[in-house]
Amino acid sequence: MRDACAVVGIGHTAYTRGTDRSVVDLHLEASRRALTDAGLQAADVDGIVPSSVADRVVEDFIRNLGIRNLGFSSTPHAGGSSFGMGIQDACMAIHAGVASCVLLPAGRLGYSSWQRASRIAENPNPAMVDMIEFEFPMGNVGPAMWFAQQARRHMHLYGTTSEQLGRLAVTIRRHANLNPQALMYGKTLTLEDHQASRLIVDPFRLFDCSLETDGAAAIVVTSTERAKDLRQPPVLISGVGTAFGYPGTSVTQSEELSELPGIREAGRRAFTMAAATPADIDVIAVHEGFSFFVVACLEALGFCPVGEGGPFVASDEIALGGDLPLNTHGGALSEAHVSGANHVIEIVKQLRGAVEPDRQVEGCETGLVANEGNFGNGAVVVLRRSR
Amino acid sequence: MTGRPMPSPSPLTAGFWEAARHHQLVVQRCSSCGRFRHYPQHLCPYCLDDGWTWAPVRGTGSVYSYAVTHRAFHPAWTDRVPYAVVTVTLDEGVRMVSDLDPRDTARVAVGLPVQVYFEEVAGTDFTLPRFRLVEPVPLPGDD
Repeated sequence: MRDACAVVGIGHTAYTRGTDRSVVDLHLEASRRALTDAGLQAADVDGIVPSSVADRVVEDFIRNLGIRNLGFSSTPHAGGSSFGMGIQDACMAIHAGVASCVLLPAGRLGYSSWQRASRIAENPNPAMVDMIEFEFPMGNVGPAMWFAQQARRHMHLYGTTSEQLGRLAVTIRRHANLNPQALMYGKTLTLEDHQASRLIVDPFRLFDCSLETDGAAAIVVTSTERAKDLRQPPVLISGVGTAFGYPGTSVTQSEELSELPGIREAGRRAFTMAAATPADIDVIAVHEGFSFFVVACLEALGFCPVGEGGPFVASDEIALGGDLPLNTHGGALSEAHVSGANHVIEIVKQLRGAVEPDRQVEGCETGLVANEGNFGNGAVVVLRRSR
Repeated sequence: MTGRPMPSPSPLTAGFWEAARHHQLVVQRCSSCGRFRHYPQHLCPYCLDDGWTWAPVRGTGSVYSYAVTHRAFHPAWTDRVPYAVVTVTLDEGVRMVSDLDPRDTARVAVGLPVQVYFEEVAGTDFTLPRFRLVEPVPLPGDD
């Protein structure tokens, strides 16, 4: 499936904290923008991957976009890795000849509704059945609590520090300060600010937690053959890999809390398909619900040895100008939380050479997106500029 | 004050809560290969056997990891922050989760020994198996 499909259209709404609009309305705006970007009509769409995280169903799009005889739809239920898993579904459907043009919209009312992550205990998803019974009564009721235990375990084993996570947050914020779309565009952050910010769940401080935002983003995927005739320079999906965590019932039941084997295996599969290695990656985006995810993802993907993610994310390697610029849009910590769709869009834009000159990674040929989801799931996509 | 969220036991899990009501901690044990498992599930993931019994466990173990929350993500804990939630590895190998008594928040650490205790939740039929840090045995000369 290497290079068989391409991302040909991208679109998103404004990212805000507060909106009067519905999540369907936002998804439709992002979808129309992505189709316009691609130079395609709604009638060209024959596959749709709605977002389980946003509680969407395919009928939202069929009727609003007037699509008759839609040929393909799937809805991965994999938490934050659902969007990346949807990209794999889209490629499989296109490669198999079941669909030719697949639309993937995502994003939540992550600020203005019950879809706010900090209120997840009020509306848990079906994957949380064991947590509801055995952990919620014990007060383990928020994502920041669940994933703080991963970070704590890593700190215990390897001496990773809050200051290292702080330096990561500062680097990502500097990137957001160069991106007018980012919610934190005009707000600087220093290491002192990070270290003085309030504890949410120790070891996570306020600036270790992703933003809670309203907004949507969408991409359009077609075959590479078809992509050649479309408006934008195609960005090839060179490799895609997914893996579900074991046992997936709760963070606390993972075999080693400090590691992300789902990302490791998804990465291995994506790199194998793409015939690429970490050394080939010019720019990377990690969907970071919390700062620590970046540490664990970079280790799992082989960008640094296990245990050395702390010093790695605290270094300039991951800043613009470094060897592995990371979350050059500002990520979920500083641009917006759009279920990771904004991370895919950023890598596509980098490979098109279409971001603001200050944050363009020069000469970038290959990029990678990693999405962790629920309790150990992973999706990894390797994207390449078409030559 | 809002109460803790209470479990809704299924036929698969009801025995766990029934045992807790009698102040006994149990986990599933495979009838074929003898391995312990938790959370409850139908098949043994090691040998795929569907026979199992509720096996009493000692209720002792150690802190595998923990987090101290300064924000209450559920109204039941509004008046109790900061509090620690620990993941415990029982001596039998399975993991369980518990919040600690607020008096233990400051001294929680990975590796500390813990022991189960049972808390009958007022106004409900439930008894929660919770864990506390085992008090270190004072050495001669300690204040």
